[in-house]
Amino acid sequence: MPTHLENENTLVADARAGNGDAFAALLSQYDTRLFRLALRITGNQQDAADALQEALLKAYKGIVGFRGESRFYTWIVRIVLNEGLMKLRERRRDFMVSVDEPIQTDDDNFMPREIEDWGDNPEQTYSKTEFDAILNQNLDQLEPTLRIVFLLRDVEGFSIEETARTLGLSIAAVKTRLLRARLKLRERLTKYFKQGVRL
Amino acid sequence: MTCEGLIRKLSEYLDGELDPGLAEEITRHLQHCEDCGLVVDTTRKTIQMYCNTEPAPLPDEVQKQLDRALAEKLGRSSG
Repeated sequence: MPTHLENENTLVADARAGNGDAFAALLSQYDTRLFRLALRITGNQQDAADALQEALLKAYKGIVGFRGESRFYTWIVRIVLNEGLMKLRERRRDFMVSVDEPIQTDDDNFMPREIEDWGDNPEQTYSKTEFDAILNQNLDQLEPTLRIVFLLRDVEGFSIEETARTLGLSIAAVKTRLLRARLKLRERLTKYFKQGVRL
Repeated sequence: MTCEGLIRKLSEYLDGELDPGLAEEITRHLQHCEDCGLVVDTTRKTIQMYCNTEPAPLPDEVQKQLDRALAEKLGRSSG
């Protein structure tokens, strides 16, 4: 699914001029992706729906100030991300997650432990539903500071620079977190996908 | 290039963001290190699996909630 529409500039200009239909048309292209992002941040459907609703209302109010310096999609993702994180903080007050907090360095060892071949089509070991559940469950178990970088870069297709700008992180921090996230996911998925194993 | 050195550069290697000299060193290392080859291959598959997933349609109740909120904001009926 593209994250930049052909007629996006026109729709954005119309939406900025107060055209609600143009705003609704922009959103209809992205709402499933935005909801998935909110769901993966909050981990809960109602919180995700509330976060997305808040984000859309804020975006409608704020689109006048959107000057097209980034893609519309990256602009609205940032708003959804902030609302999703707010919901996460409300629900888990004991867990004050901040995307720009320094990450713990106690697991500075990047070296993989699970080194096994997955074969050519590991996803075929499982049904589509089981496969999706494995991906979601293992992503949900990543620390939020890693999960959010991975979501933006590898699921939403942001560049390293866009991810850094969106999260207020340095490029070096994004790269380090992305590497950790990818390696941790790879490690976990190996348990499911190594050849000859079906959990 | 050591195994650890390769792992630290793995993301940039997979994203094609390394300078050609370093990428060539990694390619040479991979020619004789089976373990690193498996890690590179399975990390690439990990990224592809997540990147290829399409979002599911919005659940009905979520769609209705959003339509209602937006219709209210735009001052019209949500149908």
